Amino acid sequence: MNKKNTYDIILSGVGGQGVLTVAAVISRAAIKEGFTIRQSEVHGMSQRGGAVVAHMRLSRSEIVSDLIPKGNADFILSMEPLESLRYVEYLKPDGKLITASKPYMNIPDYPEIQEILDKIQALPHSTVIDAEHLAKEAGSSRAVNMVLVGALAKELPLQDESLKAAVEDLFSRKGERVVEINLNAIVQGKNAG
Amino acid sequence: MNDLLVLGDEALALGAIDAGLSVAYGYPGTPSTEIIEYLQKYSQEHDPDLIARWCANEKTSYEGAVGVSYAGKRALVTMKHVGLNVAADAFVNSALLEINGGLVAAVCDDPGMHSSQNEQDSRFYADFAGIICLEPKNHQEAYDMTREAFAISEKFKIPVLVKLVTRLSHSRAVIKRAEPLKKTDNGKASDRLGWMALPSLSRKNWQSLLEQQKYFKEYSEKSSFNSLILHKDFREYGVITTGLGGNYFRENISDLDYVPSQLHIGVYPVPEEKIKKLASAVKKIIVIEEGYPFVERMITSILSISLPVHGKLDGTVPPSGELTPDNVRPALGLAKRASQKFSDETLPGRPPQLCQGCPHTDTFTALNNAVAHLSEHIVTSDIGCYALGALPPLSAIETLLCMGASVGMARGASEAGRKNVVATIGDSTFLHSGITGLIDAASTNTDMTLIIMDNSTTAMTGMQDTIVSSPRIKEIVLACGVSPDHLKEIKVLPKNDKENTEIIKQEISYHGLSVIIALRECIHIIGKKK
Ligand code: SF4
Repeated sequence: MNKKNTYDIILSGVGGQGVLTVAAVISRAAIKEGFTIRQSEVHGMSQRGGAVVAHMRLSRSEIVSDLIPKGNADFILSMEPLESLRYVEYLKPDGKLITASKPYMNIPDYPEIQEILDKIQALPHSTVIDAEHLAKEAGSSRAVNMVLVGALAKELPLQDESLKAAVEDLFSRKGERVVEINLNAIVQGKNAG
Repeated sequence: MNDLLVLGDEALALGAIDAGLSVAYGYPGTPSTEIIEYLQKYSQEHDPDLIARWCANEKTSYEGAVGVSYAGKRALVTMKHVGLNVAADAFVNSALLEINGGLVAAVCDDPGMHSSQNEQDSRFYADFAGIICLEPKNHQEAYDMTREAFAISEKFKIPVLVKLVTRLSHSRAVIKRAEPLKKTDNGKASDRLGWMALPSLSRKNWQSLLEQQKYFKEYSEKSSFNSLILHKDFREYGVITTGLGGNYFRENISDLDYVPSQLHIGVYPVPEEKIKKLASAVKKIIVIEEGYPFVERMITSILSISLPVHGKLDGTVPPSGELTPDNVRPALGLAKRASQKFSDETLPGRPPQLCQGCPHTDTFTALNNAVAHLSEHIVTSDIGCYALGALPPLSAIETLLCMGASVGMARGASEAGRKNVVATIGDSTFLHSGITGLIDAASTNTDMTLIIMDNSTTAMTGMQDTIVSSPRIKEIVLACGVSPDHLKEIKVLPKNDKENTEIIKQEISYHGLSVIIALRECIHIIGKKK
């Protein structure tokens, strides 16, 4: 875990996959750690099964732009392999792409998945995670997005307590069990890759 | 006070609450929807006296807000940019009234057309009406400016427009709240002569609005939201920024060898003196403005010296789409930043689409079947999720213009002699401005078929309740003058496809006006209602 002052993160996926929930957990945890945050989201039409991207900026100083400049992102965190590649231009030369491995096929021309994975693996730094499997291990296949939170969190200076508090804030009204599964999923994500 | 992580829309809502807001009206429209949603939640949780309601459309919303002002209380009205076209009659004329309770119109533009049919710039409307416009560039300003908007609305007795854009509306950041004000009550407006748009009175009111312009300019000139930073040692060029353009400029400053002088404009009418000051300190001006080249077009008429001005008009800054930290770099002489690439950068797009199991899919399937055998047909459509029926494999619709247009366009096409004309519209859009078109069609029993796709919600913008519940839509249709024999209801489910196709066929073949209400709830509200 390094100690930088600023983290720019592109979160991507398909509308309905829970990209905004990932953003919500990370940003709440980051605020608890004293970061200033900016989180640009997508609402409206593209949420209907289209490509969705959120820009998330954490910083120890002022953030002026809601959007991350191309070439500035430390991480791409994606719910889905094809969508992870859509934003590679945003990655810093030494930035890292993290994606769940399972494709979301709601378009007729989805490429061969191996082609997509090859392109991802050809990047300087990438991790492909079987998030669905790990989510099931954690207690529910619906916790895929929390596995990804875990995979990203281990790269950021976020304490476990902050993540735990963020998850409790967001999910406690859905019951203890949901909180527990989501926390398990974060641990699974941290241990993966 | 407490720090809060909020959307730009929510920061604006909080600014209104803390300015002593009494009533808010609006019509849902991306990216403005979350303002009313936040106020409704706030009202439920903290302040039952705060009224926040969805209305039939933006015009009725605006008129309601003007009524609140006449009655003496502070009113907010919210809409997306194209909604202001609908409200324009009330908006422009309200500038001539003697506003009593503070009246603020929050209008959210959508440069880049993330969820809209155009990227019109609401600053032109404020200018057209002759009022003050405030344009926040971040969340704190959205909060602060909204508070201030109420104060200056009452001070100058004009409506004030606060303009947001999608990227601010839908971005989250932490804001600081200031001490909230209690709800104010100025009492009913004391002079009715300031409230009647009769020609004889309007002539006077127009004159006084024109005379007030110098005070608006003075206010704008003094405002700290219009900030001029001069760097006298670097004269090659200066920058004027507006809206988020200011942020994208600052994001790139660290890559510049010299930092140019900058005027950021957040308050309109434009601060002419500050523009002149900047001009006298530089050899040319680069304008980086979010939206249309509004300031850019004014500069030459403001300056007495001739100075090169570069921006959207000459393509130095991209004239369409939204600004980004990347696309303003060429204007500043900066190359692209180094980034990563992957081989063969072609990826299939992933456009939005109707949800799996969406009722509209079944309606369009039945409609496609019904028209398949016809020698000619026309299917007009409207604004909502069902606009996605334009895409393959359904490819069911041919036209899309503005809220409610499907009905009027179908009538026109039919009267132009085309056969088998069908209009498709959602329930919320029908209530918004389809009803009037239907009254027209009923008045001449025009040969067309209107399909109202009633999913019992305003789905596209995130499931706001429609203001009239489904069973009553039927009554409205009949009241418009539609014959009960040609008002049909169908339940749109895949298993009813054959039957529905037949009903649609029959009504299309009838030479007169028919209405078919295609019923089934949006799949996302079924869980929500329980
Ligand atoms: S949100 Fe509802 S109405 Fe819109 S596409 Fe999905 S199911 Fe259909």
